[in-house]
Amino acid sequence: MTAKLILSLDGVLIEEYLLSKDRMTIGRRSDNDIVINNLAVSSLHAAVITIGHDSFMEDLGSTNGLAVNGVPTKKHFLQNNDTIEIGKYTLKYLNDHVSQTSAADFEKTMIMRAPSAPFKVYAEKAGDTGLFQQGTAVSSVDDALLAKAPPVKAPEPVPRPVSLAAIQILNGPNAGKELDLVKGLTTLGKPGVQVAVLTRRPQGFFITHVEGANYPSVNGDVLGGQPRQLQDHDLIELAGVKMEFYFKN
Amino acid sequence: MKLEEALEIVAQTDSGMLRAHNEDSIAQDASCGLVVLADGMGGYNAGEVASGIAVEVMMAEITRSLKNISPTSRDEETGEELPVALLARSMHKANASIYEAAQSHSQYTGMGTTIVSALFYDNRMVVGHVGDSRLYRLRGENLKLVTRDHSLLQEQIDCGMISVENARHSQNKNLVTRAVGIDADVLPEIHVHDVEVGDMYLLCSDGLNDMVEDDDIQSILYAMQGNLALAAEQLIQTANDNGGRDNISVILVKVRQAFSQPRSRLSMLLDWFKG
Repeated sequence: MTAKLILSLDGVLIEEYLLSKDRMTIGRRSDNDIVINNLAVSSLHAAVITIGHDSFMEDLGSTNGLAVNGVPTKKHFLQNNDTIEIGKYTLKYLNDHVSQTSAADFEKTMIMRAPSAPFKVYAEKAGDTGLFQQGTAVSSVDDALLAKAPPVKAPEPVPRPVSLAAIQILNGPNAGKELDLVKGLTTLGKPGVQVAVLTRRPQGFFITHVEGANYPSVNGDVLGGQPRQLQDHDLIELAGVKMEFYFKN
Repeated sequence: MKLEEALEIVAQTDSGMLRAHNEDSIAQDASCGLVVLADGMGGYNAGEVASGIAVEVMMAEITRSLKNISPTSRDEETGEELPVALLARSMHKANASIYEAAQSHSQYTGMGTTIVSALFYDNRMVVGHVGDSRLYRLRGENLKLVTRDHSLLQEQIDCGMISVENARHSQNKNLVTRAVGIDADVLPEIHVHDVEVGDMYLLCSDGLNDMVEDDDIQSILYAMQGNLALAAEQLIQTANDNGGRDNISVILVKVRQAFSQPRSRLSMLLDWFKG
């Protein structure tokens, strides 16, 4: 569950560190949480700050700096599989939190609060409630308390349908013009006056009348208030303008 | 101008694609210019209970008070404008009711809810919120987030730990730092905003804004401002098409006309003296 850093040199694993503290320091000096005894590493080189399920990498003004995934950086919001380079050493950040979360835990809103007696009562009985008290400094959140909250998973972008489609205007001054339907919603007409929209959904493209006296027609059928799914080479007519809808691949 | 003629209000809620329960509650009263949205949390059906109590208490408290008193008067206790005082008081009352119910029924222990509410009066609105339910404003083509989430993520953004772009990847998205009904007292955030004719307001639970990008919300609201029912449906459908991982609630308020409070000659004279 807890995220970890794996230290290696030239591809050889040296040590694994669990990010069990709010703040873990990295440096040459022996009082660091992660000690790298190499002259290219500053005595206090960098720190990893963990809040809840998120971790941040911060350069603490080191002489030789650090890079994440090849990019030199001062501060970085760590993502699973990020590779941190300090001199010749690499630290790989692993956070399998996302993959361990079940779909049911998605997006459940929870309350957080700093350690206090009422919290414990809630946490034990309600199971999915933690609370974070207003005004408590973010960096001082108690890790153990946070761990009690059930895991939440960040939403991943849902893949949009791969099909590409466009409309081409067939008559009038704009005849021949082509409009790719790349957005989720494409507006035909002027809001406040006369509008129909073309929407892209996982199951295909739809045309819907929104407002105005003119209702669009598809292949001669005038639309009602309901959306209508478009088929390849459908002929759309709206306020005298004829358009053809077609798939591009 | 009567409020119900000046404001067009549409409210819709959906349990989404993954959840069996809908823990959101919504309500509106056009004649009072009041809209309330709550996103409940807690085990079993406690979330529904909490958001239901919140909405019911707030609606009852505010509509009852506004029947007898003009919204431009001052609150006797606090000296604030009445709508501001009313909104704050009703949120405290909702908090007390939920807290009490949670204390006396073990199955409701720890339940809580977010609230976002707007009360329109005299060409203005007062907005109160607790938690991560939001109020957006579309003015012209511009969409603006009016409320600021009471969430761990927002605090991380505020103190510069995480950029707004990176925030979408955060695993801490759904941790709120304030909620109604969790403690004996609550700290609602309340602000008054000027309202212009043509403005469109969107109140929503995080089931919408976690699934639909602000840019997409903007294009839906802008394109569909002439058909609020369709706009509400489109917002929910887009959230569901993108995965619909949480309950989705939206309340849309379109300002059709100005709604200044008619003043008596006497009060105008008094205002003139005060000025």
